[in-house]
Amino acid sequence: METMNIVVLIKQVPDTWSERKLTDTDHTLDRDAADAVIDEINERAVEEALLLKEAHGGKVTVVSMGPDRATDAIRKALSMGADEAVHISDAALHGSDTIQTAKVLASAIRTIEGVDLVVAGNEATDGRAGAIPAMLAELLGLPQLTHARRVEVEGTEVRVERETEDGITHLAAELPAVVSVGEKINEPRYPSFKGIMAAKKKPVTTLGLGDLGIDPSEVGLAAAFTSVVESAPKPPRGAGERVEDQGDGGVRIVEYLAAQKLV
Amino acid sequence: MTNAREVERQLPSQEARDLLALTSDIASRELAPRAAAAEERREFPRDLFGLLGQAGLLGLPYPEEYGGGGQPYEVYLQVVEELSRAWLTVGLGTSVHCLSCHGLATFGSDEQRERWLPDLVGGDLLGAYCLSEPHSGSDAAALRTRAERTADGYRLSGTKAWVTHGGVADFYLVLARTGEDGPKGISAFLVDGGTPGLSGASPERKMGLRSSVTSQVVLDGVEVPVERRLGAEGDGFRVAMAALDAGRLGIAAGAVGVAQAALDVAVEYAGQRTAFGRPIGEFQGVSFLIADAAAGIEAARQLYLAAARRKDGGLPYGRQAAMAKLVATDTCMRVTTDMVQVLGGAGYVEDYPVERYMREAKVLQIVEGTNQIQRMVIARSLIQR
Repeated sequence: METMNIVVLIKQVPDTWSERKLTDTDHTLDRDAADAVIDEINERAVEEALLLKEAHGGKVTVVSMGPDRATDAIRKALSMGADEAVHISDAALHGSDTIQTAKVLASAIRTIEGVDLVVAGNEATDGRAGAIPAMLAELLGLPQLTHARRVEVEGTEVRVERETEDGITHLAAELPAVVSVGEKINEPRYPSFKGIMAAKKKPVTTLGLGDLGIDPSEVGLAAAFTSVVESAPKPPRGAGERVEDQGDGGVRIVEYLAAQKLV
Repeated sequence: MTNAREVERQLPSQEARDLLALTSDIASRELAPRAAAAEERREFPRDLFGLLGQAGLLGLPYPEEYGGGGQPYEVYLQVVEELSRAWLTVGLGTSVHCLSCHGLATFGSDEQRERWLPDLVGGDLLGAYCLSEPHSGSDAAALRTRAERTADGYRLSGTKAWVTHGGVADFYLVLARTGEDGPKGISAFLVDGGTPGLSGASPERKMGLRSSVTSQVVLDGVEVPVERRLGAEGDGFRVAMAALDAGRLGIAAGAVGVAQAALDVAVEYAGQRTAFGRPIGEFQGVSFLIADAAAGIEAARQLYLAAARRKDGGLPYGRQAAMAKLVATDTCMRVTTDMVQVLGGAGYVEDYPVERYMREAKVLQIVEGTNQIQRMVIARSLIQR
C-alpha cells in the first residue's frame, strides 16, 4: 500500500472531572450540565491514526456525530494534526441508540472514498456501551480488530495486539478494517499553537440526515431500540468500612483490595 | 489531582480560546503535578520548557514571519498567568525568555532578525536577560560591565547578577558599557550561551522560586562579533528599559496566576474543613478574606490586561505597566498571606502549597524593578509632564 486513508471516530463527552447527569424529561445526557471535551480514548485513537499516517503517508479524516458544539472536539483533533473532518449534526439524532448511531456513522464513512482503516476508541466515557466499533464493522462489512493495545500495518495487512480481561490475542486482517483502541495504546500528543492556527483552515464537511439519505423517523429517541425508563443519582458515598488493627491490619487491607480485584 | 477551575476570561478569538485551553491542559497535566516536589529539591525543569517550545508557547508575542505566534500581549500574558498558576518557575521563566527576545525583535535590524529571531522564538532555545550587577540593581544605569572594541567586535568583561536562567540559558541579552558613565554609554548585545569566557556562578539559594535558576553570570573576556550588537552604540539603556516595560506585564500576569492558585486552594479548603459543626467558609471571618482575595485578583488581572491592550494598540503603556506590576504583585503578597490564614495551621506546613505561594509572592515585589521603583516610574511620568 502506498499511502493510508484513515478515518478516526471521535465523540464529544462531558468532562469526567465535572458532575455528569441525565435530564429529568427524557433521561438523555444533560449536555449543558457539564464541560464538554473530546473523549480521552478518542485522543488516543487520533494519535494512533497520526502515527500510522506519519509512518505510511496518507490522510486522516475525523468523523464525529454530535450537536453543534461538537465542533470544539473536532477542532481539537484537527489541531493535533488530522487533515479534515466530517461532522454529522441533525436535531433528529437526539437520543439515538448505539445501533442507530452505528448506521449513521457507517453512512457517513461511505461518503469518504477509498477508506483503508477506521480507528475508534473502544468505549466512550459517557454511554460506555463499547459496541459501536463492532456494529460499525458489521454494517460496513469489514473485519473488526477491537481493544487494541498495539497496531501495525504492513503492506495491506493490519496486525493488532488485543488486550482484554481474558488476556492478549494477536489478530490480523486484510485492509480495509475497523480497529478500536484501548487505554494502553499510546500517549496522545498535545496540539501545538501552529496546529491550532492550521486547524482553522482545514475543511470540515457538515452533513445532515438528508445528505446521508436517512429518514429522520428511523433515528432519535422515539425510534430507539432501547429506552431509559427511570434514572436516579448515585447515592452519596457512605462512611466506608472501618477496620480496627489487631495485628492483622496489613493482611485485611490486602484481602479487601483483592476482593475489589485491585491487587 | 483535580483540574483547576476555569478562570472566566474574555478572549479576542477562537484561536486564543483554543490556545488557553491547550495551556490549561499542559499546566494541569505536566506542570502542577511536579511543582511541589521539584521546588523542594531545587530542580530546574528544562524539559518542560522543551515541551512548551514544541507547543509554540515560547514565542507567542513575536511575529509569525519569524516563527512566533503573532499573538497580542492580551493573549500571551494570560498564557503566562495560567502557567504561573500551575508553577511560577515555568510561568516566570516563559516571561523572562520572552523578555530576552525583546531586544532583538524590537531593536534588531531586519538582517539580524531574519538571522536569529526564528531560533530565539522557535522553542528549542531558552533566553536570559543580564542587566543588574552585584553593586547596581535599581540603579541600573550605574552598571560597570565593559564592552571594549576589538578588531571585529567587542570584548565583554564584568559580572552580572540575579540572572534568571543564568548558566543554563542558550542565549543572553547583555547590557554593557561602551562609552561614558550613565545611561548613554550603554549598549546591548546578544550573546550565545556557549561563548568562551561566559559562565554561570552557583545558583542563589532563594526563599522561593527555588526550581528557577538565578545566578551571577561572569563575563571574562567574552568575544562578541559586531553584528550581535542590538541598536547603535549607546542605545542599550533604551533597549533594556523597553524590554522591562514589556517584562513587567509578564510579572504582573505571573503574580495574578500565583494569587489565583492560592485562592483556588483556599476556596476548596473552606468548603470542606468544618469547625463548630459548619464548613469554615460559612463564617464571615473566612468568607470575607476569600471575597477580598477574589476581588483583588480580578482587579489586578483587568489592570494588566488594560495595560496590555494599550501596548497592543500601539499606545504608550510604560506607566500602566508599572501600575499593573505594582498592584498585581502587592495583591499577590496580600492574597497569599491571607490564604495561608484561611488554612490556619494547615496553611503553614508544606502539605499544602499555600506557604510556597506566599514565599513565591515575595520575589515578585522585587524583580524587574522593585515596587518602590514602580512607584518612582509612575510618579515621574505624572510630575515631569
